[in-house]
Amino acid sequence: MVRPVSFTINGEPVRVTTDEDRMLLWVLRYDLGLTGTKFGCGEGLCGACSVIVGTEAVRSCSTKVKDIEGKQVLTIEGLSQDGHLHPLQGAFLERHAFQCGYCTSGMIVNAYALLLKKPRPTREEVVKAMDDNLCRCGSHTRILEAIDAAAAAMSGGVR
Amino acid sequence: MNGEGNLSRREFLSLAGASGLYVFFRIEDLLAQEPARLGGRPGYPTDFNAYLRIGEDGRTTCLVGKVELGQGAMTSLAQLLAEELDVPFGSVDMVMGDTDLCPWDMGTFGSLSIRQFGPVLRSAAAEARAVLLQLGAERLQVPPDRLQVKDGVISKLGDPGTHITYAQLVQGRRIERHLEKVPVKPPKEFRVVGRAAARKDALEKVTGRARYAADIGLPGTLHARIVRPPAHGATLKDADTDRVANVPGATVIRDGDLIAVLHECPDLADRALALVKAQFDRPAPAVDDATIFGHLLKNAPAAQTLGESGNLEEGEKSAAAVFDRTYLNSYVAHTPMETHSALARIENGKVTVWASTQTPFGIKAQVAQALGFPPEKVRIITPYVGGGFGGKSASRQAIEAARLARITGRPVQVVFDRAEEFFYDTFRPAAVVKIRSGLTSAGKIAFWDFKVLCAGEREAKHFYDIPNQRTVSAGGWQGGQPTGLHPFAVGPWRAPSVNTNTFARESQIDIMAAKAGSDPLQFRLSHVSDPRMVRVLKAAAEAFRWTPKPAPSGRGFGVACATYLGTYVATFAEVAVDRATGRVRVSRVVCAQDMGLVVNPDGARQQTEGAIAMGLGYALTEEVRFRGGEVLTRNFDTYEVPRFSWLPTIETVLIENPDTPASGCGEPPIVCMGAVVANAIHDATGARLFQLPMTPARIKAALRT
Repeated sequence: MVRPVSFTINGEPVRVTTDEDRMLLWVLRYDLGLTGTKFGCGEGLCGACSVIVGTEAVRSCSTKVKDIEGKQVLTIEGLSQDGHLHPLQGAFLERHAFQCGYCTSGMIVNAYALLLKKPRPTREEVVKAMDDNLCRCGSHTRILEAIDAAAAAMSGGVR
Repeated sequence: MNGEGNLSRREFLSLAGASGLYVFFRIEDLLAQEPARLGGRPGYPTDFNAYLRIGEDGRTTCLVGKVELGQGAMTSLAQLLAEELDVPFGSVDMVMGDTDLCPWDMGTFGSLSIRQFGPVLRSAAAEARAVLLQLGAERLQVPPDRLQVKDGVISKLGDPGTHITYAQLVQGRRIERHLEKVPVKPPKEFRVVGRAAARKDALEKVTGRARYAADIGLPGTLHARIVRPPAHGATLKDADTDRVANVPGATVIRDGDLIAVLHECPDLADRALALVKAQFDRPAPAVDDATIFGHLLKNAPAAQTLGESGNLEEGEKSAAAVFDRTYLNSYVAHTPMETHSALARIENGKVTVWASTQTPFGIKAQVAQALGFPPEKVRIITPYVGGGFGGKSASRQAIEAARLARITGRPVQVVFDRAEEFFYDTFRPAAVVKIRSGLTSAGKIAFWDFKVLCAGEREAKHFYDIPNQRTVSAGGWQGGQPTGLHPFAVGPWRAPSVNTNTFARESQIDIMAAKAGSDPLQFRLSHVSDPRMVRVLKAAAEAFRWTPKPAPSGRGFGVACATYLGTYVATFAEVAVDRATGRVRVSRVVCAQDMGLVVNPDGARQQTEGAIAMGLGYALTEEVRFRGGEVLTRNFDTYEVPRFSWLPTIETVLIENPDTPASGCGEPPIVCMGAVVANAIHDATGARLFQLPMTPARIKAALRT
């Protein structure tokens, strides 16, 4: 059914009139022009489309837009503020924790959700939280190190 | 532009040469890279202006036909330019893979960006620097040998006040003077090359601002989803598209074999596609993933001898033990995280395609042919590419988008879903390697008879000291396969041929080392005389803290070594095998490489780490399932790629060898992964695996024998 659906995107309220059964990924990318969130597999298997809804990382390719009504959605575009990179972004940048960069938004967003819950996770906890986010270039080691570094830098929790 | 008037280009150049030495840099000049390559075979232009442009703002634009796939060419090529031109690395802006702006290039594959194109770019920049120095000398009225260049500023030695910048000299114009045979810098003078550099793509990639082909938005774009056959070889019988009208805004285009459903939203195009009822005639499946190896043995093309020496018969007579082994590997997919994507727009008779591709100039020709356009009416722009690994050499999506854009008169985007990505992938071919070899009673290799079917001949020849030997290859990953040999397309997959050839060779070497009762490292060293190979083996062994012991030692240690187009690589690994489940955990990998000159050590480390991670996939899990031309592997639930929890600790050793030309590192560090894991599994358990991937089922079966 086509109807207006309201939610908050990166702190800004939006109202999108669309088919409520559409997946959030496509509304983000094409209706709202937020192309930092990527399509990878379409079935929630790779994590490239990860966004934060409330405080949880979700797979936007498999999340209907009606299910986020009234909720707060955060995408990679909303992480840096006032021209400053989020510590996770800074750590990924400094450590070159990416190659092709296609999975990177999903990685950073998923790690962001982890650090919301667990500001100083152990390596095992990071691996477990990130294990369903796929990277084909093999940046895994650097991504884990970047998350550790960001957690240490934030050392009190996410802003 | 300014002053050119009606003068012919030649007249104008001679006037310019007499006065200001250069003409204004016009956009048409940039767009006119085409004529230089119209005469016969394309090649790299000899005019350095094709590769670089010094802006009035002091920034230097570097134009290359290579693309950024994640491998870091954007950064390492900028380092080469900055080094030879003597400009700050941070002032170099890269323009890559745009067929109108950039000089021709064959494509970004084969670890060639640094090895083959690097010298071209370095020479161009070195010549430009020499010309600029000459111009500066004339302007400052100081002999060139009393000038120095640093960070784009030419100044008088001992008198820094007497100076002029490149930007002031050039003033945004094209440099028309040329010099012959300008030498590049010797490595000892390097200031930028050989050091870690901040990746040029970093900020865009961590902020989500990096644009890939699917991210290019043009007003009025239609998104196409295309009716695909259920299997390769299937032919369309009938298609009922009536129900597409149930999705408001969806339209159907039929153009010969191409049936597409278009919508302004890609997901709604997808929804409409699901309503198309298409019927296909399917040939009976001739082969599947279980019967493929017998099929290849029966149908492989004629074999060619790549090399032989000594006498195999004599060698066999001198052998105390003979080993006759067959090695198999399955079809492997590329599965870049970004699926094949393209956006095509036609305006004023010219088509522009933004495409995820490793071969922008190759698909330019294909799009021109598909549309019947002259080549100068086709422009391919390559934004960031989300991984290639050889799989984005084929770019069917670009042609489909262009055809649909012409029919609809609107920009059309084609983005493969994951099932299409698997279906149209050009897989690494399934292959068979047969090796017959023997050992003397003294533990030396007496003979070696190596035959590879369908993997390809690259690095099939070994580098060991063996008196009697032959290497034979039949078929490969390139074109020219007999019809029906493979049920779908095959093509280059990161280090084509070499993963297969190395797996077989290094497994066989290990088998002989074990039979000889030798430590596998010592056995290799006793058969290798190339000092570069000796060096990487010893360097990796030291980093691994290898202690000699014949396999199986129970430790789970493996070693393998290889050459790849000039790069030497030795890889050591430690594994643990769960005998109950057949699961393997690779806990540690050390990889040493001698790639000659290392342009960007951090980039080389990244490539090595990535190759080791990726290599775990083809070693342990990656295998395309199929029944005839039907590809049963459609997403990541049925095709397991490496994950965080698989990752070993990785140590990379880069041998210092700057006086040897760079030989590249995007591919070499992956080639040992199958063999090193197989050898480590044997060392842990005594079980020998002859087939890749080494799945838990295959490991359990090997443990039972």
